[in-house]
Amino acid sequence: MAAVGDLQFEEFGNAAATAAENPGATTISIEGPGESPTHQAGLPRGSGGEEDDELLGNDDSDKTELLAGQKKSSPFWTFEYYQTFFDVDTYQVFDRIKGSLLPIPGKNFVRLYIRSNPDLYGPFWICATLVFAIAISGNLSNFLIHLGEKTYHYVPEFRKVSIAATIIYAYAWLVPLALWGFLMWRNSKVMNIVSYSFLEIVCVYGYSLFIYIPTAVLWIIPQKAVRWILVMIALGVSGSVLAMTFWPAVREDNRRIALATIVTIVLLHTLLSVGCLAYFFDAPEMDHLPTATAAPNQTVAAAKAS
Amino acid sequence: MAKAAESSGEPGTTWPRPLMRDLKAVGKKFMHVLYPRKSNTLLRDWDLWGPLILCVTLALMLQRSSVDSEKDGGPQFAEVFVIVWFGAVTITLNSKLLGGNISFFQSLCVLGYCILPLTVAMLVCRLVLLAEQGPINFMVRLFVVIVMFAWSIVASTAFLADSQPPNRKALAIYPVFLFYFVISWMILTFTPQ
Repeated sequence: MAAVGDLQFEEFGNAAATAAENPGATTISIEGPGESPTHQAGLPRGSGGEEDDELLGNDDSDKTELLAGQKKSSPFWTFEYYQTFFDVDTYQVFDRIKGSLLPIPGKNFVRLYIRSNPDLYGPFWICATLVFAIAISGNLSNFLIHLGEKTYHYVPEFRKVSIAATIIYAYAWLVPLALWGFLMWRNSKVMNIVSYSFLEIVCVYGYSLFIYIPTAVLWIIPQKAVRWILVMIALGVSGSVLAMTFWPAVREDNRRIALATIVTIVLLHTLLSVGCLAYFFDAPEMDHLPTATAAPNQTVAAAKAS
Repeated sequence: MAKAAESSGEPGTTWPRPLMRDLKAVGKKFMHVLYPRKSNTLLRDWDLWGPLILCVTLALMLQRSSVDSEKDGGPQFAEVFVIVWFGAVTITLNSKLLGGNISFFQSLCVLGYCILPLTVAMLVCRLVLLAEQGPINFMVRLFVVIVMFAWSIVASTAFLADSQPPNRKALAIYPVFLFYFVISWMILTFTPQ
């Protein structure tokens, strides 16, 4: 038995430093009573996530998995329940937007940025901004195209805002719903390692639409070639974000179904951008009618130069 | 509204609040918007009369003068009304969901009152449009609208920013920016039939 004088308290000052020194040691952190029941809930997802290294964004992802279980505990009719979907800081939103603009091959947007904290702030306000960006840019572009014409009377085309809003919000909510339903159905047939919740899918779609905001503004330039190049770039960026996010969720499945899913996702995205371009923006050279006395080649040259 | 309780509680006085007192309160808040300082008068004694007056004025001035335009033109009265109130409610909900500690009606009050500079811009634009149309006309209107838009943003930020958690201020302010931008766009693109 040790003498009383030999017993001393050892200061465990910095738990992180101690853990770093002994990587093999087990650290137990004692947190609130809410932790233990959710530990089991977090565990299957955590172990599934660790097997796929390329999906892990960071080492504290399993800590996020544990904490994720205790988040949505309020019943859905209280205000606090909805506050959990807006639990993001400014820098997090910026990081997510940055992630949607720079798709890195091999890094999954959901695992890297969302990490079990899907927010509705980004999707909602990106869609709202996109609606107004498309409507306003379309209006401005049409105004500039028809500027010289004597018969043109400018109208603000206010109806188009409601149409744009319907299209964008329907796309941002119904397509994720359909995709989520499809993935759930496939999950019941084939065991997939990666599965996304509905809100995570809405989140990815919402943030992937961000690139279309600067694209819509640049569509004001009344050159067909420029517009189509912009479509290609935007589609490339956001399409690859979506494809890289959803490929891990379907790749264990039948090859053809997996490919068909990815192709459908990209196709719907293409349809959205091309449709918006066609509907809201008039074609640049179509309405240039030669006026009165100018020589034909002069007019054509003037029209092409604008 | 906020002060209604104090007058109805007095014994023997069943008169409604004097109109002049209401108008004075609204006028005082107009002054606070025009010269924004960090005060919480707008927040403490909120009322919705000012926003209502401003919204109705704006909607009346913005509506299409003819019902049957050949292509869709500017917004109708009801559309402007709905946009302003729906936008203000959405922004308020957004800031509350982000964790701001401002009450629902206080936020509506601030957002509504800060439309005042843009309503002034609308008045100026309508006057300017009576003159000859052309690029100079447009430039003048553009300048006025931009200045008033900036004024609205500054005024509403001065009142609303303190009620947000510090690391989410930008997230709460951005929708306000979008809201006033859309209203400014509607004002700028107003063309008389």
